[in-house]
Amino acid sequence: MEILMAIVVGILFTCSVYLMLSKSLLRIIIGTALLSHGAHLLILTVSGLKGGAAPLYGEHAESYVDPLPQALILTAIVIAFGVTAFFLVLAYRAYQELGTDNVDQMRGTEGND
Amino acid sequence: MTNLLILPILIPLITAVILMFVSKYVNVQRGIAAISTAATVAASLVLINTVSRDGIQTVNLGSWKAPFGITLVSDMFSALLVTTTSIITLIVVLYSFKSIGIDRERFYYYPVVQFLLVGVNGAFTTGDIFNLFVFFEVMLMSSYVLIVLGGTKNQLREGIKYILVNVISSALFVITVAYLYSVLGTLNMADISQKIAEANQPGILTAIAILFLIVFGLKGAIFPLYFWLPGSYYAPPTPILALFGALLTKVGVYSIIRTNTLFFYHDAGFTHEILGILAILTIVMGCIGAIAYWDVKKIIIYNIIIAVGVILFGVSTMNPDALEGSVYYLVHDMIIKAALFLLIGVMIKITGTTDLKKMGGLIKEYPWLGWTFLVAAFSLAGIPPLSGFIGKLMILRGSFSEGAYIGAAVVLASSLLVLYSVIKIFLNGIWGSPKPYHGIAKGHARYLWMTSAVLVLLAVLYGFGAEILRPLFTQAAEVLTDPNLYIDAVLKE
Repeated sequence: MEILMAIVVGILFTCSVYLMLSKSLLRIIIGTALLSHGAHLLILTVSGLKGGAAPLYGEHAESYVDPLPQALILTAIVIAFGVTAFFLVLAYRAYQELGTDNVDQMRGTEGND
Repeated sequence: MTNLLILPILIPLITAVILMFVSKYVNVQRGIAAISTAATVAASLVLINTVSRDGIQTVNLGSWKAPFGITLVSDMFSALLVTTTSIITLIVVLYSFKSIGIDRERFYYYPVVQFLLVGVNGAFTTGDIFNLFVFFEVMLMSSYVLIVLGGTKNQLREGIKYILVNVISSALFVITVAYLYSVLGTLNMADISQKIAEANQPGILTAIAILFLIVFGLKGAIFPLYFWLPGSYYAPPTPILALFGALLTKVGVYSIIRTNTLFFYHDAGFTHEILGILAILTIVMGCIGAIAYWDVKKIIIYNIIIAVGVILFGVSTMNPDALEGSVYYLVHDMIIKAALFLLIGVMIKITGTTDLKKMGGLIKEYPWLGWTFLVAAFSLAGIPPLSGFIGKLMILRGSFSEGAYIGAAVVLASSLLVLYSVIKIFLNGIWGSPKPYHGIAKGHARYLWMTSAVLVLLAVLYGFGAEILRPLFTQAAEVLTDPNLYIDAVLKE
């Protein structure tokens, strides 16, 4: 199961790199979203999957899963969500202001004389 | 007071929330921002006093015992950085009153600056590696807002690149923390250090050390990863640039120092060698940039990169003297970079341009500005007895006794080039024949100069008072050379 997940994480990273290397701003943002999904899935995988019962008092099991990675993912998801939302708004604003969503045309030469 | 070390994080946080409700009343905002930042400075000064008297301070949040909950740790190194950060923010807030412009002030400039302070102070104080990530994000989110605040074309364009680079490095940070957790099963920094020492740092941990170097190197702008910095920092107005230049890269540098002295010091022949080589290359590349440009902002921005290289070179030798020098130089650089950015901000306001070739002769009308800039420039380059000299002296002494002669020679040569780059600003911008300027009024310029002169004065006092402050830096370097002090303070209570 872990190996399967590792492959999935790898595919997510591959897709995100491919998207981030493209020129359209929207594709780049989707790429960053996929990158953070991959990272979150990775945290879940490294802690081991299906290791035991839920870490609650009532469960009388032999072993429990580690709850900490899930707490980490929750935090990381919230942060990634906020950043992606901000990035999308910024991209829209930049599109309005600069008239393009092609990063090639955003090179800019001011102050680089 | 065991909760003392939370105050430099909590005061700006509460202030930021309050400020958001009064965003349309600019004068109220200015008053609250100035008073509460002054309160943060006061709290951090008390913190330094407490740490120097009672040793390392720790707080277990929610009273969860140390390796399980989140711990905040304030040793002398972090207390010094928290204090410097708070002082610089206070000065920049005062400077902003007459510089940032009413529009930005009405659109949440002050609250965001306070959030930035929360992030930076939190990153310096936390003793939990994942919590460090969270504070990094608080800091970065505020910096995203600050870099695009105002919405000029250049800001939006550079803001997008800045955010993209930082989103990628944040994802890498999460991945690295995940690897570290899967190997060691803990997030508490003291506990991590202990477990790495028990395992004697196998190869997998050295690989993680390099990953951490990449993550923090991206924020701290070391050699191959500094590419984003000159463009992005160029975009926002000077007060924001001063905050970024003085604080943000230094958080990356702090994290590199912390991870390399607390976690990954067992295989120094590999990790610290790489750090040393990268630091030297960073200095060289920074020097090339600083000499090449005729734009005052760019010149000082490239000087940030040089300073990062000098500090990290001192760390890479792992010599007690050099570490002490690095800590001293880090604080020096934060103060003097903020001062220089604010001073060139005054020059830009007066002349209405950042191009040196269009400036000249400011000394006739504004002699006070000219001489203050000269003092700041000498301090940056490290002319004795100013503060830059003492830091470099200690770094060089340490690196000579470790036999790192090439690096030491590069640091020495870089001082000359730094001096050349800032004297170029002095000779072409402040000396020379005056030109007609249509910038701001003289009284206005005098206010901006006065606030930035406070920082220059601090830098001068910092240099002259080095002997008095020495015990603080020795105490800070002790923890860096002996991680057991840190571990004992956190885990054995």
